[in-house]
Amino acid sequence: MRYAMAIDTKKCVGCSDCVVACQIENNVPLGYCRDWVTETVSGSYPNLDLELRSERCNHCDNAPCVRCCPTGASHIVEGGVVLVDGFKCIGCGACIESCPYDARYSHPDGYVDKCTFCIHRVRKGLQPACVSVCPTKCMYFGDLDDPSSEISELLQNRKWKVLAPEAGTKPQVYYLI
Amino acid sequence: MATRRDFIKITGLGVAGLTVGGVGTYQLLKGASLWDSATIGDVERVPTYCEVCFWKCAGWTYKDKEGKIMKVVGHEDDPHCDGRLCPRGTGGIGMYYDTDRLTTPLIRVMENGKQTYRKASWDEALGLIAENMKAMAEKYGPESMALFNHGSSGDHFERLFRAYGSGTIAAPSYAQCRGPREAGFKATFGATIGSPEPTDIRDTRCLVLIGSHIGENMHNGQVQEMSDAIDRGADIITVDPRFSTAASKSKYWLPIKPATDLALLLAWIHVIIEEGLYDKDYVEQYTTGFERLKNHVRRMTPEWAYGITTIDPETIRQTARLMGSAAPAVIVHPGRHVTWYGDDTQRSRAIAILNALLGSWGRRGGFFLKEKASLPNYPYPANPTPKWDWKATLRGRYPLADEAVTNALVDASLPGGEGQEQMIHGWIVTGTNLPQSMPEKPRLQKAIDSLDFIAVVDTMPMEITGYADVVLPECTYFERYDDLRAAPHREPSIALRMPAVEPLGESKPAWWMCKQLGERLGLSAFYPYEDYSEVLDWQLKQVGSSLEEMKHLGVKRWPRKSADLYFKEGEAVTFNTPSGKIELYASELESAGFDPLPNYTAHPEPPEGFYRLIYGRAPMHTFSRTANNPNLSDLMKENDLWMNPKVAQIWGIENGQKVWMRNQDGAYSSFPIKVRVTERIRWDCVYMVHGFGQTREALTRAFGKGASDSEMITTVMIDPIMGGQGMRGNFVTFSIEEPKQVQSL
Ligand code: SF4
Ligand code: SF4
Ligand code: SF4
Repeated sequence: MRYAMAIDTKKCVGCSDCVVACQIENNVPLGYCRDWVTETVSGSYPNLDLELRSERCNHCDNAPCVRCCPTGASHIVEGGVVLVDGFKCIGCGACIESCPYDARYSHPDGYVDKCTFCIHRVRKGLQPACVSVCPTKCMYFGDLDDPSSEISELLQNRKWKVLAPEAGTKPQVYYLI
Repeated sequence: MATRRDFIKITGLGVAGLTVGGVGTYQLLKGASLWDSATIGDVERVPTYCEVCFWKCAGWTYKDKEGKIMKVVGHEDDPHCDGRLCPRGTGGIGMYYDTDRLTTPLIRVMENGKQTYRKASWDEALGLIAENMKAMAEKYGPESMALFNHGSSGDHFERLFRAYGSGTIAAPSYAQCRGPREAGFKATFGATIGSPEPTDIRDTRCLVLIGSHIGENMHNGQVQEMSDAIDRGADIITVDPRFSTAASKSKYWLPIKPATDLALLLAWIHVIIEEGLYDKDYVEQYTTGFERLKNHVRRMTPEWAYGITTIDPETIRQTARLMGSAAPAVIVHPGRHVTWYGDDTQRSRAIAILNALLGSWGRRGGFFLKEKASLPNYPYPANPTPKWDWKATLRGRYPLADEAVTNALVDASLPGGEGQEQMIHGWIVTGTNLPQSMPEKPRLQKAIDSLDFIAVVDTMPMEITGYADVVLPECTYFERYDDLRAAPHREPSIALRMPAVEPLGESKPAWWMCKQLGERLGLSAFYPYEDYSEVLDWQLKQVGSSLEEMKHLGVKRWPRKSADLYFKEGEAVTFNTPSGKIELYASELESAGFDPLPNYTAHPEPPEGFYRLIYGRAPMHTFSRTANNPNLSDLMKENDLWMNPKVAQIWGIENGQKVWMRNQDGAYSSFPIKVRVTERIRWDCVYMVHGFGQTREALTRAFGKGASDSEMITTVMIDPIMGGQGMRGNFVTFSIEEPKQVQSL
């Protein structure tokens, strides 16, 4: 099983519903976030392009944050989902430094926190909070090891990219372009 | 200048004593998620529908084991939201948890020679309002008491007003927003657009947006359907001086010179007629006035429009052909906030005409024929007939106004002059922050100052509350019953809103306030119930449901009663116009003395060194209503001023730098605004999101964040047809230094 997410930049409107839904679902304190939206404008008036992207932890196949964690708090569970055990975490921040995506933050309660792919929901057969709320239905979550899953099919049929592939982390959040 | 009614800052009054913490104060195990221990099913959920905007999406409010509100999610069976709330709806719980909420009634008093508010009991506050309403009825008649309303609480007050004998009732959603499109479509198709819009976006092949920024305006169903349409390969054409989110998803972006849209529309009509792209059978069978229209636009060529709009003729032709090839599955979108230049009904007419030529009205992928669930009215006694109502406040103006015109009510509240006597002497304002929802603040202030009495009902200490003699704290939609939602859509449906928790502090639902006021006004017969749920249960039982059932269902849908969602091939249709046909040539406008066919008129241009101010929405906010919401202000705290790099260079302004704005009338912005230097806008205009720059310190999160576009809108261009207040004829320039003399307008 390999959980992954695909986000269709052709449909995303950058509304940030994914952000607020995550904050509420996962009790992220105000002022912090596990996912966020970026806007990239290219070209000049009037020949312009705009890409909106909802970003979060990429649950990398080759995760430097897990390798560098001195306590084993950062660990990998089913489907390749990268988690942080808040009890084990000493808040040293090594993982924050190692992540090329700036996906982790220091929780004010003294541990490091980040996107969990809402594994608590996924285990109950639900979609991650961001995916379930997105008004444009531009986010897809599923198992890449299942060739008939919606996400596998999308990645077969659509052009896509990942962020900072050169970092060699094998990110598992895909952007349909 | 001392006025009879000073504006009072509510800071520190009525905001103390909140016992709940802000959002995010749940104490959980380290790293634990809210939902680790609580799964759906373990916790309680109760139905509601969202009150953050007018889309009224149905949802479920989830509570934890202690009965605290945890989250609100979309109702899976709701045609308005299809199980997904927009960011404002998801963050709507912040309205409940906002620590700045009003929680006690307030009364204006004199203390040491200064006006201030003091906390009051409900009995006192309601007594004072009832006393004033009685006095008003005796002195000038109940008609002289006006209601400005918006949203669900307004419905309860509207019933109270009707029972009391006043029909002097208006909402800013007409003359400050969608009125012109309603008048324009009615004059053409004999039907208004209404809300939600019956645009069949999900099945369209071509969506044309004119200044409508779906995706930034988060009208949920439309955003969702636009996304579906993109999936199905529909083409989008966006006309906007700004490269909006929608423009970025469009096949064609037409960066039009602001204020010239009507010229483009006429040129499109020209091409569609001249190149025979129109639906000949549809035009033949359903419309009247085609020949006159054809003659009218004969000279309105793309070349003619080019000189006005700056859109090159070839693009105008190509886009017209694209519409023609998609027809009838094409939508030239009527927009929503369309009060721009004072000729907005005529622009909406041109949009309606285009849709008629393309045969999209009543067709799949165009406009569907909506249907509404009919709920019988609760058997209230008959209302008294007022001697006059809002129509009298039009004073012979705006003949096609179909709904009350807020600005006409403001005019009628001003002291007499020019042989006009003051008609309105008291106001109740519910759920609308008039200083931000209406332009021309000085006029509004003058009107308020001329009143004998004003009461304001709100959940938050919005600016309007500072003008009130009595402030009533309303509880949020999570804490109250309201009317059943029964809005027209593809299928009729109803949705229930019920309280998830007890009202916070001493806040109360509007229905309760109205019942209390009604009883004090001798109108007990109109309130034969203890709790509003009894009214809902009665209504539901008439349609074969019950409150009990709806508490479990939340949303109930029925099959359509009327035949089809679309016209059948060749079906005979009678339109509700004087001719019974779609009027390309509008006889109703002609008999009222207006152009029966739309004409382009040039509008004032910015003076040198000024830029036209355009404003719009951000997906995370609804007007000024959400600016202080803890969850939503966390997503977007302030607005910024979009400026083309060329303009920034002329002014030596850097990205992120703060500037003050000054408009053509010398009005300064109260606060500076951050400049966003971006290629995404033309050089002859600037853009900002509406609803920021709050001047109330009591709004601790929103105070002083960003700037208010409303402060810059001091010139309005009134639509003579229906009274709309065109707001896009205002021009701003920038001040890098804080202006010494801030003229507070
Ligand atoms: S909720 Fe969906 S549309 Fe909105 S920003 Fe997130 S991914 Fe994009
Ligand atoms: S995105 Fe960052 S935090 Fe997430 S798995 Fe990759 S390296 Fe680790
Ligand atoms: S569109 Fe958003 S704010 Fe409006 S009613 Fe729906 S969820 Fe609420």
